[in-house]
Amino acid sequence: MYQYDQYDQKMVDTRVEEFRDQVNRRLAGELTEDQFKPLRLMNGLYLQLHAYMLRVAIPYGTLNGKQMRMLGHIARKYDRDYGHFTTRQNIQYNWIKLEDAPDILADLASVEMHAIQTSGNCIRNISSDQFAGATADEIADPRPWAEILRQWSSFHPEFSYLPRKFKIAVIASDEDRAAMRLHDIGIQLIHNDAGELGAKFFVGGGMGRTPMIAPEIRDFVPADELISYAEACLRVYNRYGRRDNKYKARIKILIHELGAEEYIRQVEQEFTHMKELGLNPPVEELARITGYFADPPFEDGASDDIDLSDPDFALWVDQNTAAHKQAGYAIATISLKPRSGIPGDASSAQIDLMADLAEQFSFDELRVTHSQNIVLPHVKKSDLYTLWQKLDEAGLAPANLDLITDSIACPGLDYCSLANARSIPLAQKISERFADLGRQRELGELKLKISGCINACGHHHAGHIGILGVDRKGTENYQLLLGGSAAEDTSLAKITGPGFSEDGVIDAIETVTDLYLEQREDGERFIDTYRRVGMERFKEAIYG
Amino acid sequence: MKILTGNDLKTGDVTWWTGQDWSRHVEDAVDVEDHADTILREEEAARRVNVPYVIEAEQTEDGPRPAHIKDRVRALGPTVRPDLTLKPADPEAGNWVI
Amino acid sequence: MVEVIRMREDEPHEEPAVSLDAFLDQTNATAVRIEAGEDARQLIPFLDRLALIEVDFPVFGDGRGYSAAQILREEGYTGELRASGDVLVDQLAYLKRCGFDAFAPDAPINPQVMAQALDRYEDVYQGTTDSRAPIWKLRHA
Repeated sequence: MYQYDQYDQKMVDTRVEEFRDQVNRRLAGELTEDQFKPLRLMNGLYLQLHAYMLRVAIPYGTLNGKQMRMLGHIARKYDRDYGHFTTRQNIQYNWIKLEDAPDILADLASVEMHAIQTSGNCIRNISSDQFAGATADEIADPRPWAEILRQWSSFHPEFSYLPRKFKIAVIASDEDRAAMRLHDIGIQLIHNDAGELGAKFFVGGGMGRTPMIAPEIRDFVPADELISYAEACLRVYNRYGRRDNKYKARIKILIHELGAEEYIRQVEQEFTHMKELGLNPPVEELARITGYFADPPFEDGASDDIDLSDPDFALWVDQNTAAHKQAGYAIATISLKPRSGIPGDASSAQIDLMADLAEQFSFDELRVTHSQNIVLPHVKKSDLYTLWQKLDEAGLAPANLDLITDSIACPGLDYCSLANARSIPLAQKISERFADLGRQRELGELKLKISGCINACGHHHAGHIGILGVDRKGTENYQLLLGGSAAEDTSLAKITGPGFSEDGVIDAIETVTDLYLEQREDGERFIDTYRRVGMERFKEAIYG
Repeated sequence: MKILTGNDLKTGDVTWWTGQDWSRHVEDAVDVEDHADTILREEEAARRVNVPYVIEAEQTEDGPRPAHIKDRVRALGPTVRPDLTLKPADPEAGNWVI
Repeated sequence: MVEVIRMREDEPHEEPAVSLDAFLDQTNATAVRIEAGEDARQLIPFLDRLALIEVDFPVFGDGRGYSAAQILREEGYTGELRASGDVLVDQLAYLKRCGFDAFAPDAPINPQVMAQALDRYEDVYQGTTDSRAPIWKLRHA
């Protein structure tokens, strides 16, 4: 994985000192909260319901054991002994003190990490495929491209006061594990007819109040024009994105109002001009970065045989491991969705353990997924049993990946000042109701996503089953949505009808899953049956 | 009644206006009647509180109970982590929020 | 009275800046002020005779002026480019990178904090019109 050189290190070190100075000026009263807020946000520091919250960037979700261990250290030393892995492949801490924040950033910088631009109206952490570099279905590793974009977008002087936040994802396979088309810019690496590697651009996707799927706006951008094309996309947005209403300020609204064709015309015009400005790093820079993502020294001829005589282990292997490009290896996903647990939360001890296991079994690499789980990308199949035993001892071996209890949930009203309803208790109760693993597996792949308000951090629009918490006259109320997907078959879920109480919505989910079991045809997943049968049939079952 | 709340600038702790000072406990909050604006302005300027605001609350036997669930969550702590709330020893504390 | 901070060697331009509409209506003005949201590209035909372009920031979070400045410099404008309005010390480094070489902030800026803010970062990750060499260029020099 990527390693900082002296330049990268100096940039983050300087940022720590800059923020230390800004915090001091705030504490001394030289900055008002209004002036300080965008500065702290651009260092990932929010003021949340109970305290300051710090969001630490995990670029494209990749980190090593030493970095993971630092995340555990921060949880122990500065927070309340846990962290929360987020849908943007980051981690956030809920109980941070402003006066500690510069020291935390300094600790992070010591392991080549930071919290730069994890909030604010700027280009956020670049997300990517959690199986990058390990899966057989990618045409190239997307992470070098994400790293090029990370460096370009860090401290970008023209695009740090955009109309609204800006999220970019890069993938390199047809299977989409990163919700690519639900980003402000989604990039898919492809080969052109000449066999050159380049980027297909989708712009203007997003969730939030007005969910939209990004339309394709360019079928091929060559590697050595990536940055000038991205600059062109951003400049049109910075100049013409709406600034009169924060709920209409995302690029998806601009593209919706202009029409994709007109947006493309403006971007192309800007691109023609920007290509000539010398903004693109040479191909040698992409090659330099790509060198850091070379395959680890896999063992040739490692066996594909796995002893599955332990039935619990066999279930975990079946559910939580994926095919690796290298014979004898597997990609293992650690589910952070234990029964009655808080989706995405991990204690400092669990974080430390995952760091150890990455070092021992996965060539010192971990990934964070947008489904709030952790991946060990390169595990030798003969090590899987030992790995599983250690995970199981620490409560890290739920065999529920992609099943109904592997839900995404935003922090909701338990932590978030924007929320209207709690999300976590709902995820917990659903995990109780559907606790039986046999039943979960019978239901098969079922993406359940819960948001506590319309900002949709819990991705409810993209859930096969989505839940949206709303405030109805001071009480929590939950709307049910069906039919969304964040995968390559991207679709937006629709609301079934009137909302429910907490228990009511869980009953409704059970009704819906019962109907699926009754209606499904061979090999159909929940989403397939829903698409074939249609909303009306499900509505009838729910509302009678 | 009207009570004032905000966060401590340095620590981020949720605080409530007691009439003289800021307390972490909503039980200590006092009715500010029509004086909210003046107190908020002075206290924020002196950096004794950060982003303070006035809320409606009901006076009960156990002290003021904020009208909105969000402020009750702020007053207690996350309902999903009773161990991290201000009343870790009281398993029923979460009921006060809902 | 707003004090103008200049980072240019030449003499301050004396003529008051006129609005973009007024500028486009008359032929001889040499100083113009554009508001956030006005199209800087309308000035391109006249850059040779302009000595001062003032770009207004109604609130510091309105970042349209950064693009306006970049566009003007990309087109070869060499006169004074002044950021005015809600211009704060913590935005100065980015403003400068986009080509501003003068600031007319609504509230006074502490010169010491300003010097620190402008000198803080030795290197930059991306190319802009300030012609500093981006880090990728230093790596492959």
